[in-house]
Amino acid sequence: MVFSNKTFKFIIAAFLVCLSFTGFANPTQDTIQTPTQTTAATAHDAHGEEAASHETHGEPTDLKSKIEAYKMHHVLDAHDFTLFSDEAEGKHYGFPLPIILWDNGLQIFSSSKFNHGESVAESNGNYYRIGHDEKIYKVDGPTGELTGDHHHPTNVKPLDLSITKSVLVMFVVAFIMVWVFTGLAKSYAKNGGISAGFGRLFEPIVLYIRDEIAIPNIGEKHYKKYMSYLLTVFFFVWFLNIFGLTPLGINVTGNIAVTAGLAIITALITNFTANKTYWGHIFWMPGVPTPMKIILAPIELLGVIIKPFSLMIRLYANIFAGHVVLMSLIALIFLFKSWIGGSLSFLLSFALSTIEILVALLQAYIFTMLSALYFGSANEEHHHDEAHH
Amino acid sequence: MEIPRIIGAGLVVIGAGIGIGRIGGSAMDAIARQPEATGKIQTAMLIAAALIEGIGFAAIFAS
Repeated sequence: MVFSNKTFKFIIAAFLVCLSFTGFANPTQDTIQTPTQTTAATAHDAHGEEAASHETHGEPTDLKSKIEAYKMHHVLDAHDFTLFSDEAEGKHYGFPLPIILWDNGLQIFSSSKFNHGESVAESNGNYYRIGHDEKIYKVDGPTGELTGDHHHPTNVKPLDLSITKSVLVMFVVAFIMVWVFTGLAKSYAKNGGISAGFGRLFEPIVLYIRDEIAIPNIGEKHYKKYMSYLLTVFFFVWFLNIFGLTPLGINVTGNIAVTAGLAIITALITNFTANKTYWGHIFWMPGVPTPMKIILAPIELLGVIIKPFSLMIRLYANIFAGHVVLMSLIALIFLFKSWIGGSLSFLLSFALSTIEILVALLQAYIFTMLSALYFGSANEEHHHDEAHH
Repeated sequence: MEIPRIIGAGLVVIGAGIGIGRIGGSAMDAIARQPEATGKIQTAMLIAAALIEGIGFAAIFAS
């Protein structure tokens, strides 16, 4: 990585210029009024308070739980797209998304009926409410409340097929990809083999994936049938990671369901395109004594499950951890309540955001690389006879 | 039951950190010896680091 003197000076200058703004960002009269002594006095009353907060649908009051709730709200998927909200007036700026439920037939209605989790939505005589974990629960009537634990209600959960925030962003990314790459593909035909337009930006990356990831790991003979998946997954993960760094507050690849879906597709492709040698190495490892073959078979079989599992966890945990750390650094502003917190938060989150841009590319690369590695292992030719000379 | 699990997860993460550090250090050595093989060494380093990282994350989420 080139870290030339000029850019470094520019970063320092940019930081110094912004320092004054971050100083002003923390007026002494803070708008968030928080009681500083909380737990000691109300510790014995915790149970009652829990019930009380449950009654008013639990807006947390003290600063720490507020920050915690904000972080949870950021990393979880949501049923509406809130860009920002005004806490003093209780207004949310954004747009609602469609709710699609399967509960005695298809129930389709707008998420604006939930009023950001504050009211009960009605559809064909069924009543629903959003819990604090952003999941939809069925309640008895128009005044129904969630029962059970505050964070894990015991109400019935209908099958939720909604277009949530993550799903919407995935649609947007899919649309962008189709648009950019079909444009790139068409420009080859139009310009006689030379790319043109915006898609040209991605041509070197496509070539890199072919020449540095697919061919060395899968081999000249078989790489072509995997290229479409490798390119799709690389750009899908990369674009989603980059979208997660925008101030829109999106966290798609930091959602374990999304990464699980991607990992399952990789696992299915690996196992359905595997040749005889691959399965032979799993169930009856050649070249080792027979007792070892029996011991190795279950271990190798476990590996078939562990490989996609580690793919899933790696991508999810990297992006999730990045978002949580970034949110925590931003929360420093509200914890310090002075110019120190503001500038510290700015410096640290600036540095972390810079690293996150690298991580966004790196994780997409790693996911593609390991997928290619698994595909390669599924297509390895039998070559034990020539290994001896 | 909670505390041993957290300590165990911490030990795994320390181990993973040492492992990734050693991979990075060795890759640095290798690049210094053979600068023309930088690309290949970096690829191998990233794969090995990613595999160890997976173990570390698995430990954190299992705790």
